[in-house]
Amino acid sequence: MGTPIIKMQEIKKVYKTGEVEFEALRGIDLNVDNNEYIAIVGPSGSGKSTLMNLMGCLDTPSLGRYHLEGQEVETMTSNELAEIRNRKIGFVFQAFNLLPYASAYENVELPLLFSGMSGRERRRRVNEMLARVGLSDKLANKPTEMSGGEMQRVAIARALANRPKLILADEPTGNLDTKSGQSIIAIFDELWKSGHTVIVITHDTNIANNCQRIIRLKDGVIDNGNGRP
Amino acid sequence: MRLSILYNIFARDFKKQRKRMLLTLMAVFWGTMSIMLMLGFGEGLKRQLTARQKGMGEGIVILWGGQTSIPHQGFGRGRRIHLLENDIAYLRNTVPGIEMIAGEYIRWGAEIKYKEKVLSERINGVFPEYRELRHMYAEMGGRMINHYDIDGKRRVAYLGDRVKERLFGPDEAVGETIYIRGVPFLVVGVMQHKMQMSSYQGRDEDVIVIPASTFVAIFGDPYLDDIVYKPVSTDMAPTVAEGIERMMAIKHKFNPDDDRALSTWDVIESQRVFYNIFLGIQIFLGIIGALTLLIASVGVANIMYVSIKERTREIGIKMAVGGRKIYILTQFLLEALGITFFGGFLGISITYIITEVYKRIPLESEVLDFMGKPTISLEIGLIVAVILGIMGILSGFFPALRASSVSPVEALRYE
Repeated sequence: MGTPIIKMQEIKKVYKTGEVEFEALRGIDLNVDNNEYIAIVGPSGSGKSTLMNLMGCLDTPSLGRYHLEGQEVETMTSNELAEIRNRKIGFVFQAFNLLPYASAYENVELPLLFSGMSGRERRRRVNEMLARVGLSDKLANKPTEMSGGEMQRVAIARALANRPKLILADEPTGNLDTKSGQSIIAIFDELWKSGHTVIVITHDTNIANNCQRIIRLKDGVIDNGNGRP
Repeated sequence: MRLSILYNIFARDFKKQRKRMLLTLMAVFWGTMSIMLMLGFGEGLKRQLTARQKGMGEGIVILWGGQTSIPHQGFGRGRRIHLLENDIAYLRNTVPGIEMIAGEYIRWGAEIKYKEKVLSERINGVFPEYRELRHMYAEMGGRMINHYDIDGKRRVAYLGDRVKERLFGPDEAVGETIYIRGVPFLVVGVMQHKMQMSSYQGRDEDVIVIPASTFVAIFGDPYLDDIVYKPVSTDMAPTVAEGIERMMAIKHKFNPDDDRALSTWDVIESQRVFYNIFLGIQIFLGIIGALTLLIASVGVANIMYVSIKERTREIGIKMAVGGRKIYILTQFLLEALGITFFGGFLGISITYIITEVYKRIPLESEVLDFMGKPTISLEIGLIVAVILGIMGILSGFFPALRASSVSPVEALRYE
């Protein structure tokens, strides 16, 4: 299999609110290989989102070591982390997190702007990604003019824009109706088949069972070993 | 940092967030304009009043004869003290510190005739020093009374600009002959229009001035009506006044402590009072200006503040998709600077246009005349715009700095 895309060792995350400390993750060891399709499940407060944010380099662990494609993440500067988020990771949020004032096109373009891509290349890439999620006819729509399912597809297109290997989705269907949710999952299936590594947090057992591997979190630790079948 | 990246992000968001930018811009613009206008009109008013204050003359004292109230050298009280023409030379020679001194004769309601027009006007018999002492400068093509006129008892007249209007209308007056009490006088000059706020005998625009020697020859007045003098400096004024009192007491034989024997109007003193009053007005305007600035600052801060939540999310999103901190912060800084620059520029320009238009309004009104010409100060405009800009940066940039210093997760979670 070669180097794992994600290699986590003894990862801990502690939140401090004033005097109170809360240990959200209490020692996670996890390897993810290329082109895996993983569901992370677990009750609320079990640390799913925290783990996901750490994987996505949106947050840094309090303790432990994290290698992403062989690179040591916890020693990186904020600029290097930004670079990683920009190039290597596509993140899909439950709350979409689109820029409200920008159109679908402009939202997808955002990571490409930060990676410094030329104008013509950007235009081609945005159109390609929006076509891939079936929104070629909604380029100019703003988030307020779209349904939840459409917004999430814009968010996926944005996550794909710089062609990252790793796609992370934090309850991508949590705010959607069943039908829209199914279409989003269909896109993830298709991404996995085309060679991406996809990791999805979900409450939905159907979605979880659809994946290759399920990781169960409970109280900040992985409950089911490495989750491999 | 790559400038092209920054430019792309900035240009795009600038277009997208036009409404908020325009509101902030308006706040900076409005603050700059209102403060500049207020202080500009205040400055104009001050200059106007100062010019009027100087209309009668600057740093002068006027002296009249009075009545004694203390018996002295065998004379009883109640004796009138009359000013004589030879007092002038006497005082000039005996009292140090006098820069200029002149006497004047006044005749109220003398009959003036030009062609068919007959008017009753005030006539002053004056000396050449009067021109400087009382700021009576002639319009182009004319002159004030000079010492040749005095020596030759010439029958020449110098007209206040309003008298000239009454007698001649728009026609040329210099070179024409008018009749004072039936005696022909050649008009040699017309006074430049001047603003005059105070007077002791009516405004100078209403007077007809002739040489003192001619005046005495025609009207036969034995006494001067008043003496006007100017000390070499305002600091010298009390010493000079005391010297004059003392020397006049010797010459006219009255008790030097008798403060009724002569009466004076110290214009220097009243000008000082006036300047103090105006200083008060300026401080008042300054306070109002500061308050306006405060309100405008609060406006700017408010607009920035209400958008912190939205903007913190925006920063979180940008960081999550790989935006570096430097791009995000520079964008905010550029926004604040741009708003300051354009808002300030707009405020200063519009203020300039308003004042220029105002100056061109051809309204003849006493009130507008008193308002003077608004004088805007570029420095004040720049200071105001910069202060508002700093407010914008403080209230916009620092929340952005905080948002971009935490992890993207925290920024996204901001409520």
